[in-house]
Amino acid sequence: MRYLPLTPDDRAAMLRKIGAPSVDALYRDVPSSAVVGRSAFDLPDTQGELEVERTLSRLASRNMAAGSVPFFVGAGAYRHHVPAAVDHLIQRSEFLTSYTPYQPEIAQGTLQYLFEFQTQVALLTGMEVANASLYDGSTATAEAVLMAQRVTRRTKAILSGGLHPHYAETVENVAALNGEVVRAPVTPGREEDLAKLIDDKTACVVVQSPDVFGLIRNLKPIAEATHAKGALLIAVVTEVVSLGLIEPPGHQGADIVAAEGQGLGVGLNFGGPYVGLFATREKFLRQMPGRLSGETTDAAGKRGYVLTLSTREQHIRREKATSNICTNSGLCCLAFTIHLSLLGEEGLTRLARTNHARASALAERLSNIKGVELITPSFFNEFTVKLPKPAAGVVDALAEKRILGGVPASRLMPHEHDARDLLIVAATETSSEEDCDAFAKGLAEVLS
Amino acid sequence: MTMNTQGRPTASGTALEVELPTISGDRGLDHEEALIFELGREGVTGVDVPQVQMSEERLGGLRRRGPIGLPGLSEPEVIRHYVRLSRMNYAIDSGLYPLGSCTMKHNPRLNEKMARLPGFADVHPLQPQQTVQGALTLISELMTWLTRLTGMPAVAMSPKAGAHGELCGLLAIRAAIEARGEKRNRILVPSSAHGTNPATAAMAGFIVDEVPATDDGHVDADALAAKLGSDVAAIMLTNPNTCGLFEPRIKEMADAVHKAGGYFYCDGANFNAIAGRVRPRDLGVDAMHINLHKTFSTPHGGGGPGAGPVVLSARLAPYAPLPLLVHDGNELLLIEDRAALGKDEKPFGRMCAFHGQMGMFSRALTYMLSHGADGIRQASEDAVLSANYILASLKDVMSAPFGEGPCMHEALFDDHFLEGSGVTTLDFAKAMIDEGYHPMTMYFPLVVHGAMLIEPTESESKESLDRFIHVLREMALEAKAGKTERFEGAPRLAPRRRLDETAAARKPILRWKPKDLPQAAE
Repeated sequence: MRYLPLTPDDRAAMLRKIGAPSVDALYRDVPSSAVVGRSAFDLPDTQGELEVERTLSRLASRNMAAGSVPFFVGAGAYRHHVPAAVDHLIQRSEFLTSYTPYQPEIAQGTLQYLFEFQTQVALLTGMEVANASLYDGSTATAEAVLMAQRVTRRTKAILSGGLHPHYAETVENVAALNGEVVRAPVTPGREEDLAKLIDDKTACVVVQSPDVFGLIRNLKPIAEATHAKGALLIAVVTEVVSLGLIEPPGHQGADIVAAEGQGLGVGLNFGGPYVGLFATREKFLRQMPGRLSGETTDAAGKRGYVLTLSTREQHIRREKATSNICTNSGLCCLAFTIHLSLLGEEGLTRLARTNHARASALAERLSNIKGVELITPSFFNEFTVKLPKPAAGVVDALAEKRILGGVPASRLMPHEHDARDLLIVAATETSSEEDCDAFAKGLAEVLS
Repeated sequence: MTMNTQGRPTASGTALEVELPTISGDRGLDHEEALIFELGREGVTGVDVPQVQMSEERLGGLRRRGPIGLPGLSEPEVIRHYVRLSRMNYAIDSGLYPLGSCTMKHNPRLNEKMARLPGFADVHPLQPQQTVQGALTLISELMTWLTRLTGMPAVAMSPKAGAHGELCGLLAIRAAIEARGEKRNRILVPSSAHGTNPATAAMAGFIVDEVPATDDGHVDADALAAKLGSDVAAIMLTNPNTCGLFEPRIKEMADAVHKAGGYFYCDGANFNAIAGRVRPRDLGVDAMHINLHKTFSTPHGGGGPGAGPVVLSARLAPYAPLPLLVHDGNELLLIEDRAALGKDEKPFGRMCAFHGQMGMFSRALTYMLSHGADGIRQASEDAVLSANYILASLKDVMSAPFGEGPCMHEALFDDHFLEGSGVTTLDFAKAMIDEGYHPMTMYFPLVVHGAMLIEPTESESKESLDRFIHVLREMALEAKAGKTERFEGAPRLAPRRRLDETAAARKPILRWKPKDLPQAAE
């Protein structure tokens, strides 16, 4: 076995040193009823690289890769061009094969990029502090709600109907255990009246912008209504590139920002791993979940970084920790932060503008097709159109033509009758003119 | 002095006894590196994005008003920055990484290559399912491996790391108890447990009740039995446990909790000691997460991403979270909606958006296919053999509190051997850095004093283990002989000396700020 360095002679010599007759003797505490032979598993034996590569490649070839077709799928994960340097750098052994930086003297590389990552996330979201990542946007949102329950000592969470339904379900999963989760009605293409749902039990209001239909929400009035009742506003962003063009939630009154960072550096990966961004106000720092890298000095007076405020965390505080999170999204943070460092202010701004321009042009084209109506008056790089028939069938018919033409809203909210004909469409810098042509033509054909 | 024909000296000359400080502050290959915010300038970028004119804006009046504040750098500058940072990190690829409980084994590069195939990496989670049958098949294959290796009938794939898997398992247990019309709010957790166990139990709405350890490093099965009752939802045990020992009374404890109407949650962080030899089903386990980033070698990446699929017993399987992957006889289907399920399936909810850590699944399946069932068994045995070899080779000079019998995949020492030397576990660990090694896990588990937990994994050759043993023996002998010089203030040779963690926590600086902005006060 190519990955195992010990030879039979080594093993024999080691057993002699241990004073054990066989490896079986080392497993002596295993109850005899639980000892099984190799045949018990009905699984194949060792294979060489070539054979394994053949098997995996065969599976991979049975998928329609986004880059091989006109592609307009979003709704929480977005396809962007990732510069070659990103993947090259994250595969450096020192990043790829290191552990959580518990020994700071020999982990300054990781600690410094986490510190830089925290700074970038704080700047992008317009917040004061950010952590060193959570698993993804949905779990970051759930953690935000739990944090708001701790900060306010209140139990109720109000979720906007424009929050991605997967996110809403993820929040319900944990926040409903010791509290109450209220989901506002779904109002595709317009803002709902959240203010009337807020009462003095409300810990937080959760609003996504751009929302699941792509609509850009004005957070300021909601922030005012929320704060007036002593609750916190949690802003959710599923497309981080939008922050290159849209006023950040921190400047609109958000108290916590939970975002999906997948759009920078990480890629689609069929749903994971992604990277959860989490930012908040300085005053809530001690209630924050997740790791933090902080600046300090070493014994010789040199600047350096360490994991800090770990008295919030499970390995110190155990059942009183702010979260159970341990492993987070280290390498995805690195991909994110390298991509953003490459872009810089100018690159990100241009990228965001390109995305908006592409989506605007596509929205225009699609709404010129007979029976197709644009229902999101404002948007960033994703919008929703109402079709003259159920969107799920249309998406399947487009896939037959090798066009991945967006997400039928019914896939995310199967019980919303009014969403049946809605198609959520994303366009990024990767959507070429020809792709948009093919999509518009294909959609017209399917609808005719 | 020897000269070559150009007149350039070729002999090594004499080494300076005292190192002169350098003018640059760098030292040969060791470069200092500024923050990216201190390097960049305005108007520079490392990505050429076309300048687009926006004729009409549809941003609802919410266009960003001010600059973000990001620095601009060209590609070569960015590459140099991260390459220099990388060189300040220790890594498995550069040396033995004996972090107990963390399983720093070799990460095969084929896994990286496979995960990057466009058919896996460039596929969207919400594409029509008929366009992702290969990806769903990969998940289904991995599920087969995980269920067969554990003997468990079902597995929930969406949890994103070990702690997330714990939460998934406890929520399934909670749902099963509620379905029986019962209320049980207590979870028994041993004092030796990973911190995530009590933290997860609390997050899932349970009260944590601690079970003590016995003097020989096991869970006190009698104390556990005495705590069982109609309010106990589950026991949460790690097996092999965090002292690196297999729990000999595991079956008895499982039977007892079952008899009391509760469930057995097993923390699978240490599955790598027994995979391919022992099936958790045969130990009475109801739910167990599997850290794909430990046992199945997806890279740790400086702290993630991981993946924590949870295998479930028949009693808990109906409560597995959405989405569910099923085969309808024709193709694989991802069921994302409760209403599409039969009445026997009662998912407790959803753990996260989409359906799990695909990038980790492709790596883990590559690992499994490469090793095969025989290779996985051999890997477990080699990991256990190597840990026992270290234990046997060091226990005469270091103190092994449970060193009488064999250990599993990690060897536990305490600080008894340092008594009176003035050297602490921390000093000992930091001195290892100067010797070129990453320290072992220290001060965990909490059940022994000044713990040092060494997990060599199966990836080390005997020569590598012998060299490691030699270094630790010499260090232990020096400490015991009162020669404490190399321990005082260690490390001396790392990119940084010991860092002031107290100052970092007292006045937290958690982000870079321009000089004219005040740093946040506490």
